[in-house]
Formats: sequence, structure tokens, C-alpha cells
Amino acid sequence: MATQQTQTLGRMLLAPAVVLLLIWMIVPLAMTIYFSLLSYNLLNPGMERFVGLENFEYFLTDPAFLASLRNTLVLVGSVLVITIVLGVLVALLLDQAIVGRSIVRLMVIAPFFVMPTVSALVWKNLLMHPVSGLFAWIMSSLGMQPIDWFAEYPLFSIILIVAWQWLPFAALILLTALQSLDEEQKEAALMDGAGAFSTFFYITLPHLARPITVVILIETIFLLTVFAEIFVTTGGGPGLQTTNIAFLIYSQALIQYDVGSASAGGLVAVVIANILAFFLVRIVGRNLEA
Amino acid sequence: MARRTSTTRTLVTTLAAWLVGFVIFFPILWMILASFKTELEAFSTPPSFLFFHWTLENYATVQERSDYLHHAMNSLLIAGGSTLIALLIAVPAAWSMAFAPTRRTKDLLLWMLSTKMLPPVGVLVPIYLIFRDFGLLDSRFGLIAVLCLGNLPIVVWMLFTYFKEIPKDILEAARMDGATIGKELIHVLTPMAVPGIASTLLLNFILAWNEAFWTLNLSTSEAAPLTVFIASYSSPEGLFWAKLSAASTLAIAPILILGWFSQRQLVRGLTFGAVK
Amino acid sequence: MGRITLEGVKKSFGAHDIIKGADLEIADGSFVVFVGPSGCGKTTLLRLIAGLEDVTGGRILIDGADVTAVPPAKRGLSMVFQSYALYPHMSVRGNIAFGLKMAGRPREEIARKVEGAAAILNLTPYLDRKPRELSGGQRQRVAIGRAIVREPKAFLFDEPLSNLDAALRVQMRLEVTRLQRQLDTTAIYVTHDQVEAMTMADRIVVLNAGRIEQYGTPLELYEHPANLFVAGFIGSPKMNFVGGRTAAALDATTIGVRPEHVAVNPGGADGATGLDWVGTVSVAEHLGSDTFLYVEVPEIGTITARGAGELGIKAGDSVRLRPDAARIHRFDANGNTISA
Repeated sequence: MATQQTQTLGRMLLAPAVVLLLIWMIVPLAMTIYFSLLSYNLLNPGMERFVGLENFEYFLTDPAFLASLRNTLVLVGSVLVITIVLGVLVALLLDQAIVGRSIVRLMVIAPFFVMPTVSALVWKNLLMHPVSGLFAWIMSSLGMQPIDWFAEYPLFSIILIVAWQWLPFAALILLTALQSLDEEQKEAALMDGAGAFSTFFYITLPHLARPITVVILIETIFLLTVFAEIFVTTGGGPGLQTTNIAFLIYSQALIQYDVGSASAGGLVAVVIANILAFFLVRIVGRNLEA
Repeated sequence: MARRTSTTRTLVTTLAAWLVGFVIFFPILWMILASFKTELEAFSTPPSFLFFHWTLENYATVQERSDYLHHAMNSLLIAGGSTLIALLIAVPAAWSMAFAPTRRTKDLLLWMLSTKMLPPVGVLVPIYLIFRDFGLLDSRFGLIAVLCLGNLPIVVWMLFTYFKEIPKDILEAARMDGATIGKELIHVLTPMAVPGIASTLLLNFILAWNEAFWTLNLSTSEAAPLTVFIASYSSPEGLFWAKLSAASTLAIAPILILGWFSQRQLVRGLTFGAVK
Repeated sequence: MGRITLEGVKKSFGAHDIIKGADLEIADGSFVVFVGPSGCGKTTLLRLIAGLEDVTGGRILIDGADVTAVPPAKRGLSMVFQSYALYPHMSVRGNIAFGLKMAGRPREEIARKVEGAAAILNLTPYLDRKPRELSGGQRQRVAIGRAIVREPKAFLFDEPLSNLDAALRVQMRLEVTRLQRQLDTTAIYVTHDQVEAMTMADRIVVLNAGRIEQYGTPLELYEHPANLFVAGFIGSPKMNFVGGRTAAALDATTIGVRPEHVAVNPGGADGATGLDWVGTVSVAEHLGSDTFLYVEVPEIGTITARGAGELGIKAGDSVRLRPDAARIHRFDANGNTISA
């Protein structure tokens, strides 16, 4: 809906971004696909040979894959449940009349801005250390046996850290959505005789349905590739207990230098992410029409 | 319209909200406190909350170890550089999509979004090998390029949503007033888009500063930003909790402050405008 | 000078024909209003003249020179947008001066012209304010000021009054008309409001579905509408249309008569037409100056009648209606007027 002149200019201005992203997407992906069909270990250079789908077979039947898939799903699922349930509660609380709301908001949002390596190390050492951590002290003060978190509940420990990092994100988005809820709608519900609970279930929650979906999808995309938190705390262990797919691929690529297998794993990760991305893109796309 | 609320209710919700805020913020607070303790106090049980020997010693030590400044500088260069370059590429692209849209614009935007959803592990191997073969491992330039491309879709999207809010009428008015496209950009569009560009810049700087997949995998020392530097404290030998805390506090303080300023834009930027 | 000529101007978006070929001659100094229902293409036609859209076919001439391929900035026209489109980051002074600045005019000339425009539009006290600090009417004036300082060949107005409240709209309507007379500059004004069209225009272009239905003075359109569409669009309340036997009796497919030409409870016997209608009043609107009656006439439908002053008739009353034989419009099967 503009003149020819602006259309031409528009295309020229768009080109650099499109070309760069196209290269960024296609070249590495094509290489991954190519490597995934080779037997290729960086420790034995020059020994590459075509093996077809053997890498996929190896990767998918590797017990480590199943363990890491399970860990990934548990990690993503638990963090989603925790952040969304708590996020809704925190958002509802912050939507009330509060003295000093902006300061509370700042405190709630803060963890999101902490770099993953810092939050992982602070939790691991200062809070969850079995002897000198704050949690250990609290438990022993209450007469309980302190827990060695990373030894006894390694995956749960990771979940706790990641959930702490993502709770602010969920809370902030849901709070924003709550604040966009038309006050008159709530007043109309009030006039219709709805109590606090019915208002929440019939008005507020349906209004939050879409933002919650958005939170689920975006968090999932990031949570599927949680890496730094595992890297600096457990290194995937003990055993495979905290190895997720991202970490498994990393260790195959940069610890075992098995390029072929890591590439096959990478493609599996891409496929899993794409299934989710498909839904997110549709939601965002629908929004774009409006 | 102000809702009528009783004082008691306000008191209860206020207390609850402050408690929740405090609990969520506590790990950061605890870290900041630990940074002012001696190593012994930081490690001791029972822990001391406020009545310990306050010291700046850890900060001095961290500063003295010249590598802290080196890594901080890397963080600044990598986050700043990748954000600025992304902005240079994205502003024209977002302008084009917002003001000269074609039938394919929507698909293009969604395609850009989908590139962001490609999990980085999916391309870890080829990127690592490319970096190795071109001597880009542990180089600032390499990290700037990767982070720039990785965040480009978000930058384009954020700018696009901001530009979209500038009424097309105003640009057409400028055209009727005799402004060329260049003058239109300088005199009308840019001044109106400054707040949007600024918050895009801020959010992406934060994302790049905290990025901990590519930085951990592609840099070790020379080009390593603070994410990698902090990760080096994870090695079990020796317990330097107070120094770790001081270094961490320094690493997150600037971002925390920038982040607090940009929190309103955060939602829009991270949801690609799906939630406003 | 500002004579604007359209020759077979066409515009399509994809397979969609928005303007299906428009020929128009707008005389210098005249005030022409494009009117039509929403989606009729009136705004698109204005934007084609402005150069904000490319034509798909045909030519646009200003003072005889072909400007079809000339960018908007070089056509020497100025435009007032529906949203006013003021630059939010510039003061009123900056907004009005922008066009002159772009044209590279000397500083003292800009200052003089801006002051002059501000004086005409009563904006002098607000020159250093930002648009957001102004009321709707004041913003409207700034938009007009921005248009007039450049001394364009023609003003283009795109529904400029639609965001104002009713009282202000009437006042601005007068001001715009007066200003245009005073400056003696061609103006093209787009509106969907036929009252605005009738009161402001020297000549009206009625558009419907991308076609020019009629081009003429307000009274020509009122008295001699070219077809059913124009007849129904111009005039308020809307013209009554009656088909069937009543129309056939007058050798037409449809006949139309305006509410103000329907006499209520006339004295005497059936007039020359023998067309008296008897019905029951369903709604009576008492405006004081006029009374509008909506009368249900068996076998014909609702007929609107307008009587001067207060008629003292209420809903439920039975009334006799008699159309003025001399002012009955007759239309053929294609909806075109059958000339008398």
C-alpha cells in the first residue's frame, strides 16, 4: 500500500537482514545434516566416512539419550508448572493495591537479569551447600538432617535454580496481561453477583489463557536448551542424572569429539524444538493480523 | 477508576507482596552480603546476617586480579558490539517491514522468529568447526558475530513492533511537506522511534551480556566475557565464596540496573509483541 | 493556480479494483468534495492525487502538467489528515514550519509565514506547545496551518473533522470554508458525511464502489440526482423509495420522493397524482423546528415525512400523506433517472 519508490527502497533495506539470517540458518544446519551422516571424530582427523543413518541409530538407542530425554522433559515440565502456578499467584498479588508496588516489582524481576553462571554458583555454594549453605543451617536449626542437594536430588536442584530464574518472566508477563484486563469487565462480573473465586475462574483465568500459552511456548524453547546451569554445577552428573539433551550433545561434541553423533543429536533437538515453534509461530502470527 | 479497598486488606496484601518479593530477591541479597564478608565468615555456620566484619577486601582482590577487568571489558565489547551491529542491520529492515510492507512481510517476520527458535545445540558442531578452522575460537570478533546473528531476529521484531506504532499518516504528512525519504528518516521517524530503539538496545545488551551457551563453548580466556569468568569459580579446588560473590555482584550490578529500567519493554520484547 | 484533471484514473490492489476509471476536471479555486459510503474509494482517489499511491492506469494533471509519476513532495499539494498526523516531537511552530524548512526557505521568511498562519488560525499563544498539550480543535488548526503556509496549488482534506465533537465540527466546517474562500486555493475534501458535502462544496463528486456516480453542484445533486444511489445518498432524512404498482403507474420501476416533499394530512381531495397514502405513525420525532414521522403504509412500507414546525402528531395516529407531484423522481430498472 505504498508507492513503487518506497517498495523498491524497502526491499533494499530488508536485504541485509534477510541474507544474513538465511546464511546463519542454512549453512550451519546444512553442515549439521552433512556431519550427521558421517563417522567423524575430531580425534581421528582424516578418517571421516559416510555411514548413512548410523549416527541417528546410535544416538537414539544410546541409553544416555533416553536418560537425557527423560531429564529434559522432567526439567522443562517441572519448571513450567512451578513458574506458571507461582507466576499466576505472584501476578495476582502484585495486581492488588500494594504500598511500594514498584519496589516489590523490582525485587521480583531481579533474578531474570542475573547471568546463568552466577545464579547457578550462588545457589550451589551459598544456599545449597551441604555444610555451609544457608539451607543446611536452616534445616539443622530446625533439628533436621541437612540435605546434600546436588548429591541426593541433583535434578531437583537444577529445577529449583532454573525455576527461580524464570519465575520473574512468567510473573511479569502475566502481570502485564492482568493489568490489561478491562476493569469494567470485572465490575460487570461483580454486578452479576460473581464472588472473588468465580471472577478469577470465569473472567481472569480465561483472559490469561493466551499469555499463559505464550509463556509456556517461550519458556519451553529456552528450557529445552538449559546449559550453563548444568555446566557449572553438576557437569551432567552424578552419572547421567542431570544430563539433558543439550548437555549430552555438548559432551559428545566437545568432550568426546564425536562430531557425527553430536550432529545427529543436534538434529533431533532441532526437530523437537520445531514442533513447539510451530505452535508459537501460529499464535504470534494470528496476533499479527489483528 | 480506583477500586475501593479497605485499609486492612491493603495492609495484608502489602505485607504478603513484600514477603514474596523478599524471598525471590533473597539469593541476590545473600550474595551481595557475602561479598562483604571475609572468606571465613562467608563459609561459617551459623551464618551471620548483618553483624559480621564488613570488608571491601574481596572487591579489592577481584579488582587487583587484572583478569576481572579484562573479562568485564570483553563482556562490554561483546554485548555492546553485537547489539550495535544488530541494530544497524535491523533498523532498515524493520523500517521496511513496518512502512513498506509487501504480501510476504508477515511470512518473513515469522520466518525470522523461527530462526530464533533453532536450538543453539543443533548447530553447535558446525559453528565450533567453522570457528576452529577460521581461527575464531576465543576471539571477540567471533562471539560478536554469533551473538549478533542470534539476537538479530529479536532486534528486528522489537523494532518492528515499535515502528508499527508510529502512525503511517505522520510519515505521509512529511512526504507531503516535501521531505525526501532521507529527511523523513532523520527529522520525523528517528526522533519518534528513539524510545523504542533505546529499549531495544537495552534489552538486547542485557540478553547478550548474560548469554551463556556460545560464550561458554566458544571462548576460554582471551575473549572470555564475565559469564565464562564466573564459571571458572565452579572448579572445586579452594573455596572462594566471598570473592565469587564480589565478582558476581560486579558482574550483575550494571545489568540489574539497566534491567530495572527496561522492565516495561521486556515483556514486549520477549513475547514478540504477543503480550502487551 | 491549481487546476486538477483526472483522465481515466484507475487503481487496483491485486485483483481488487478500487477505482474503476475516474475522469474529473477540478477548476482552479473551487471547493470540491468527494463523498460516498465507506469503502467507495474516495480516500484512495485523494491519495492518488496526493501521490501517496501509484495509479494503476490513467493520468493525473495539475495545471495541465502530467504529474502521474511525480513524487508527492514535488506536486505542490498539501494535505490535512484525518488523524491530523502532527509531528509529536515538534512544537506547533516546528510543525507548521516543517514544510518550509524542507523547501529550504530562508529563516526570516519561515518565521514570518508561521506567525501569519498562526494569527489567522488563532494559534499564536500555542506556538511553543507540543501537539499533545493541545485540544482536538487546536490540533486540527495546526494541521491546517501546516497545510496553508506552503501556499500549495491545492489543499487535500481527508475527513479532517471526523474526530471532533458535533459542535466543534460545525464551527470548523465554517472556518475551513471561510479560509478556503479567503485564500482562493483549490480544495479537495473527502468526507462520508453528506451534510458536510452539501454545506461546504462548490461541487460534489459522489463515489460508489470505485465509480463516480455524479459530479455537480450541491443543488443539482439534490434536485436532479442521476440515479438511485445519489438520490438515496444525498439528503437527510433519506429519500423514500416506492416500487411496484405505484411506480408502474408513473412509468417507472422505482419512484422516489424526499420526506420534505411529502405533505402530512393535506386539505382537499386527492391531488393530481392520485397518490395519497394512509398509514399509522410508528415513531414521531419532535425537533421543534421540524417533525419527522415514520409512517407504516400498508402494502408500501415505511414512508418518512418531514413537516415544518410542530405538527402535534404522535405515534399510533393515523395520517394521510401526499407526495408533491412535481418533485417525484422516477428511476428505470437500472436505477438511472428517467428525465421528465
